[in-house]
Amino acid sequence: MLEFIQQPWTSWVSGALIAGIMFLLLFFGQSFGFSSNLRTICSAAGGGKFVKFFDFNWRSQIWNLMFLIGAVLGGFIANQFLSNGQPVQISQNTISDLATLGIAPPTSAQPDELFSIEYMFTLKGFLILAVGGLLVGFGSRYAGGCTSGHAISGLSNLQLPSLIAVIGFFIGGLIMTFVLLPLIL
Amino acid sequence: MKFLKFLILGTLFGIVMAKSEAFSWFRIQEMFRFQSFHMYGIIGTGVTLGVIGVALIKKYKLRDIKGNPILFYPKEKSTARYLIGGTIFGLGWALSGACPGPMVVNIGYGYMAMIIVFVFAIIGTYLFGIIKNKLPH
Repeated sequence: MLEFIQQPWTSWVSGALIAGIMFLLLFFGQSFGFSSNLRTICSAAGGGKFVKFFDFNWRSQIWNLMFLIGAVLGGFIANQFLSNGQPVQISQNTISDLATLGIAPPTSAQPDELFSIEYMFTLKGFLILAVGGLLVGFGSRYAGGCTSGHAISGLSNLQLPSLIAVIGFFIGGLIMTFVLLPLIL
Repeated sequence: MKFLKFLILGTLFGIVMAKSEAFSWFRIQEMFRFQSFHMYGIIGTGVTLGVIGVALIKKYKLRDIKGNPILFYPKEKSTARYLIGGTIFGLGWALSGACPGPMVVNIGYGYMAMIIVFVFAIIGTYLFGIIKNKLPH
């Protein structure tokens, strides 16, 4: 049984579980949207004194911060107890394409070329991580949501704004993948 | 403890993100290169079941645990903010290989470099708050 769970989970099982999480959050009187936590953290850190956007009752969002802490815990549990140590099984085409960018085939879940501790302390390595984070944080709040809020919750409720946001996610993602990454890496 | 259920749901979310490999930079690259159905299968299944479930909740006017009706609020109408904001988000998603949820899952998994990504995502949100009123909406 454990061996079965330790394999990577099929996409439809994972998708069904994500929908299940969304419905349980609705049943508990909340909604699925992870990036709101970033705004909540800004507010809890006192940002509301300087910027009106962060002046709200962040304590009403503690439930979502608990969800965030759970997500950290889930990552820890997955690695410690539910992993079979195999690298991610991406397609051969992706492996070849990434090789031309200087990224070696997977040996774990993340490429050492971007996420190793040594690389993180180089100027270029630090800038890639920092700029990536800045864009995600800025863009998710500008668009009013991230993958969970728009692609899952919003599309489930057939919201046109969410569809526009998801199209935006792909415009940005494709520009980064095919135009900018070859220049950066 | 009223928050325990959210901690447990978050834990399940973290496990799913890791075990589905959706938290991997490699999987996000594969998705944007359209070289595997994997990520589309995850999001597609989630949305398909989501659409059916939300329609059922509306049709049968289902209530939440406290007995309040489960309501859905339409998102504010606009094109510019969703398209521009979404594009900025997508640039970051493909670069760091993680949206906000998977960032913290990576930290728990042991990828400490993601702490930098997450801290800068908070800073990015703060910058948005500062210049929000000067941006097209």
